[in-house]
Amino acid sequence: MGPFGYLFVWFTLLLAFCLQVMPLPDAWLVWRPDWLGVLLAYWCVATPQRVGVLHGFVLGLMLDLIEGAPLGQNALVLSLLAYLFLLLYQRFRVYSIWQQAVLVFILLGIAQLVEQWLRTIYGPISLSLEFLLPALIGSLLWPWLFTMMQAVRRRLGIG
Amino acid sequence: MRPIKPLFSYGPIPTYRMLLCAVLAFGLMFAEHRFSAVETARSHLTSVVAPIQWLVSLPSEGVRWSAMAISDQQALIDENGRLREQLLTLSNRVQRMASLTAENIHLRELLNAPNPADVPYITAELLSLDSDPFTQQMVINRGRRDSVYIGQPVMDASGLIGQVVSVSAYTSRVLMVADANHAVPVEINRNGLRFIAQGTGQLDTLNIPSVPATADIREGDLLVTSGLGGRFPQGYPVARVDEVKRESSQAFMEVSAEPISQPERSRYFLLLFPPERPEENLSGPERMARQVVWPGDPAHPDAHRISEEALTAALELQSAEQE
Repeated sequence: MGPFGYLFVWFTLLLAFCLQVMPLPDAWLVWRPDWLGVLLAYWCVATPQRVGVLHGFVLGLMLDLIEGAPLGQNALVLSLLAYLFLLLYQRFRVYSIWQQAVLVFILLGIAQLVEQWLRTIYGPISLSLEFLLPALIGSLLWPWLFTMMQAVRRRLGIG
Repeated sequence: MRPIKPLFSYGPIPTYRMLLCAVLAFGLMFAEHRFSAVETARSHLTSVVAPIQWLVSLPSEGVRWSAMAISDQQALIDENGRLREQLLTLSNRVQRMASLTAENIHLRELLNAPNPADVPYITAELLSLDSDPFTQQMVINRGRRDSVYIGQPVMDASGLIGQVVSVSAYTSRVLMVADANHAVPVEINRNGLRFIAQGTGQLDTLNIPSVPATADIREGDLLVTSGLGGRFPQGYPVARVDEVKRESSQAFMEVSAEPISQPERSRYFLLLFPPERPEENLSGPERMARQVVWPGDPAHPDAHRISEEALTAALELQSAEQE
């Protein structure tokens, strides 16, 4: 992957980042898919040599700054997510696309769960199972996103 | 000829990097808790990501702008009429307010009570509501340059919104009263009973804990800031009681209230500068002790006592006016 390819990776990651922090009406917030998580997962699976834990860490720090979360909270969650996907990327290559989606749901769910744990350290929060919704919707988007990104990548000759 | 790609390519072992990131992340979380230098660094870094904040607020700005551009003339005329009506009502109230304020000052002078100073303020505009569904915060376009400080009270047109929790050069972050981490000392406007109003994480509900079963609190009661704690100035509306659950077997009642401010609809806010600005470098209890005067306080023996002469004078004045 040349410098152009790497720029493209960062471009898509930043696009996902913008979608992740885009202001939405309060009632819609829980329905926002985990854009950043899904896209980071895609690049970890597609190019495990280039994208990994440190990318998750940097993006997580930026997310912390914008969301006003304690510094390091999202950094830890996203680097953990990248790590999990790096451990499992070889399996992804042999799974069918819907099996992949199920695995994506499980891994995103684990990341969201860790995030909720970190939140409880910092004080009272309102607890409900709603925190799994972003992971669920993100995993439902996975087949389309994966197919689209593969096509774009082939067209641009990246990876 | 391109070399054949291996079917399974092995990247670098990520475990060490993961460990490094975990240590860094926990270190940051701990350091932010303990050292104020991290807070300063954070406020500078936040200025760095401000362009992204601005970028993501563009679509909603665009929608607002285009909605205005394509809204038809009739809608604009209607809105104009509504605003004129509102202006008339408000200016009528302001006129009455002026005479009431004068009368209030006069009566307070008769009672030898100090006059409450006007609270200065600056206006601020909403940059973004929080993108996280589990916290209730927002970002406004005033920062250290406008001498915003941490703990500063924020109002909208109708009531208390919350307080500033972090400040960067040009923006600051406001924790809303409805956040699960927020609590504000309040009193009932009708009878002065004092409570604490806690956020629940839902925008439309506050929780009032520890209300004795015998307390005189009703649905519809207005809760205003009590000024205790020294952070919020006294007398600003916070919430309206919307449910009181009495159970005869319990010593406390379950009371919930609905915030009066409308963070979802307001775009413009007031940042108040209460006259007693919190002093730096004081411990929590000490800071409270300096700013709160409680009944029976040895330092201010007469704070809540009305002198007999003043009362007689006021009563005489009242009867003279009636005659």
